[in-house]
Amino acid sequence: MKIFLKLTFLFVIISSLILSRANAAGEQQELLKVDWSFKSFFGKFDRASLQRGYQVYTEVCASCHSLKHLSYRNLAEKGGPEFTELEAKAIASNFEVTDGPNSDGEMFERPAKLSDKFVMPYANVQEAIAANGGAYPPDMSVLVKARKGGANYIYSVLMGYDEPPAGMELDDGVYYNKYMYGNKIKMSSPLDDDIVEYADGTKATVDQMAKDVTTFLQWTAEPHLETRHKLGFRVIIYLSVLTVLVYFSMKKIWSRIETKV
Amino acid sequence: MSDHEYTPKSKVGKWFNDRLPLLTLANHLTDYPTPKNLNYWWTFGGILTFCLITQIITGIVLGMHYVAHADLAFQSVEHIMRDVNYGWLIRYVHANGASMFFLAVYIHIFRSLYYGSYKSPREVIWIIGMLIYFLMMATAFMGYVLPWGQMSFWGATVITNLFSAIPLVGESITNWLWGGYSVDNPTLTRFFSLHYLFPFLILGLVVLHIWALHVPGNNNPIGIDIKKPSKDTVPFHPYIVIKDAFALLIFLLIFAFFVFFSPNILGHADNYIEANPLVTPAHIVPEWYLLPFYAILRSVPDKLLGVIAMFAAIFVLVILPWLDTSKVRSTVFRPIYKQFYWFLVADVLILGYVGAMPAEGLYLLIARVATAYYFAHFLIILPFLGMKEKTTPLPLSITEPVLGGSADMAMARNNSDFKEKL
Repeated sequence: MKIFLKLTFLFVIISSLILSRANAAGEQQELLKVDWSFKSFFGKFDRASLQRGYQVYTEVCASCHSLKHLSYRNLAEKGGPEFTELEAKAIASNFEVTDGPNSDGEMFERPAKLSDKFVMPYANVQEAIAANGGAYPPDMSVLVKARKGGANYIYSVLMGYDEPPAGMELDDGVYYNKYMYGNKIKMSSPLDDDIVEYADGTKATVDQMAKDVTTFLQWTAEPHLETRHKLGFRVIIYLSVLTVLVYFSMKKIWSRIETKV
Repeated sequence: MSDHEYTPKSKVGKWFNDRLPLLTLANHLTDYPTPKNLNYWWTFGGILTFCLITQIITGIVLGMHYVAHADLAFQSVEHIMRDVNYGWLIRYVHANGASMFFLAVYIHIFRSLYYGSYKSPREVIWIIGMLIYFLMMATAFMGYVLPWGQMSFWGATVITNLFSAIPLVGESITNWLWGGYSVDNPTLTRFFSLHYLFPFLILGLVVLHIWALHVPGNNNPIGIDIKKPSKDTVPFHPYIVIKDAFALLIFLLIFAFFVFFSPNILGHADNYIEANPLVTPAHIVPEWYLLPFYAILRSVPDKLLGVIAMFAAIFVLVILPWLDTSKVRSTVFRPIYKQFYWFLVADVLILGYVGAMPAEGLYLLIARVATAYYFAHFLIILPFLGMKEKTTPLPLSITEPVLGGSADMAMARNNSDFKEKL
C-alpha cells in the first residue's frame, strides 16, 4: 500500500503545480466568496434563484449582453430554471426574430419560438462596440467558465463598484471596480436596489440580484451541471465497488504464488 | 517469448491458425512470461493503452459533431456541450483524458528512468516510446487549437512562430504551416486533419513498442536478466491482467473525479473566450504537460537557440541509452544515481512551475539554472557517474533477492545466468 501513498503524493504535487498556475496571472484582490448551492459533490441549482436570475438577465443585462448559445427551449429543460413549457413559450413570444425567406422570397418578422436562439441585443460586434463606448459587452453564455474565479469572480465584479482611490484618474465612461482586472471597467454599475421587481416577492437588493444572476450565468455556462454531478456520483460508487472486487480477486489469484502483490 | 510450440485444439482453429497465426499470437500474449516482482509503476503501460483507446473513441464521436471552421468551431463545441446527447461527457472525457494520458506517460517515463528500462537490450523500445511521446505532444497541441478559443489561437500562434526562427527558410516554413500569413482557417482545418491522423500513427507505434518489448521481455525492479519462463516469472494472464485492471480502476477513479467534479481545472479560462486575432491574452501559457519545455524555450535569450534547446531537451532523452554508461539497470543498486534521479524529478517539476510563470526576474533565473541542470544531468552526470559509481551487490535472481554477506557485484557477474545477457 506504500505505493498508493507515493502515488497520492505525486498527484498532490502535480495538482498543486497546476493550481499554482491559476494564480500566476495577476496580483488581484482576493475575490468575494459565496457558498454557492451548485458547488460540492451533490451541488444543485437553486431553482427559484435561477428564475430570478433570468429575470435580472433579461431586464438588466440583456440590453447589452447576448446569450447566443442558448435557445428559449433551454429555459424549460430539466436542470435549468425549469419554467413550464407554457411559461417558456410566453417568454419566447416576447421577442421578435427574422425568419424566411417565405414563398415570396421575403424575409419576415415573427414572434420567437422555443426552438429559436436567444435574440441578440446588437446585430453584430461592431454595432455592440459602437454603442458601448468602444468596449464590447462579452457574450454571457460561457462567461463564468471564461473568467478565472468563475462564479465568485462574476459576483465580485457586480459587488465591486466603489469610489476610486485618491489619485486615480478615470476617463469618461470608465468606472472603478475593485475586482476587475486593472480595476477599470467600462460598464457602469448595472445593479441598484429594486431595479427589478421579483415575482416571488424576494427583496431585490444588489447582493440578492448579483447572486441570482451569477447563479443563472453558472447554469448558462454549464447547463448539464446537475446531471454531471448526479452521474459522477454514480460512476464513483460503481468504480469504487468494482475496485474492491478486483482487489480481492487479485489477492486471490496472486495467493497461488509466493510473491506479494 | 514462450518456448513451447502452440497448436490449437480444434480442427477449425488449427486450419485457421496455419493460415493466419492469430491464435498463436493470442496464446503468446496470455502466456507471456512476466517477471513476478513487477511493482505498480509497471501498470502504466496498460493504463496508457487504455488512455489512447479512450482518446480515439471519444475523439471519433466528437469529430462527428465538431465543425473545423474558424467561424463555427467555437460554436460547434458549445453545440456539443449543450445539445449533443452526453456531448458534455464525451468532450470532458476527451479534454481531461489528454491530461490523464500525459500524467500516465510521465510516470511511465520516470519509471523507465528509475529502473533503467531504456538500457540494453531495450533501446529500441525506449526510442519508439520517445517517438510516441513526441507525437503525443504534437497531437495534444493541435487538439488544444481545435476549440478555437483565445488560448487555442494564441498558443498556435506562439508555437508555429517558433519555426520562423530557422535561418533563411523559417518564414516560408511558418507560412506553409499556417496555409497563409497568419493563424487562420487553413491552419485550423489542417490541424484538425492531423489531429485525427496522429493518434493512429501513435497506435501503430504502440504496437511496435509492445512488439519490441516482447522480444527481450520486461525489465523488472531489480533490473537483472531473468530466465523466461522460470520460477521468476508468471504468465501475463491472469496475474498481470488482474493487477493492471486494479491499477487502471484506481486511475479511473481519479480520472472520473476530474471529469465529473472539476472538468475545467486543468484547462485555461481564456479558452472559453472565442479566438480574437486582435486581442492578445495577458499571459499565453501552454497546457501543463508542455510547461517544462516551454520553460526551457524561454530560458534562452536567443529565439533560435531557445527552439534548439527545446528540441534538444527531447533529443537527449532519445539518445539516453548511450549517455548512461552504467551497466547496472536498477537505481536500487545505484546509491548515488538514486539521488541524482530525484534531483532530476525535482528539476523537471521546477521547470514546469516556472514555465507557468511570467519569464522575468527570479523566475527567469530559476528557469535558466533548471535548464542548465537538466542538460547537465544527461550530458555530464550520467556518462560520468556510470563509470565512477560503486554499485551495491546485485542478486542472482528474483527469488533469491539478496546475496550473502560476502557476495559482491563480481560474483553476480560470474553467475552464468547473468553473464549470458550482459
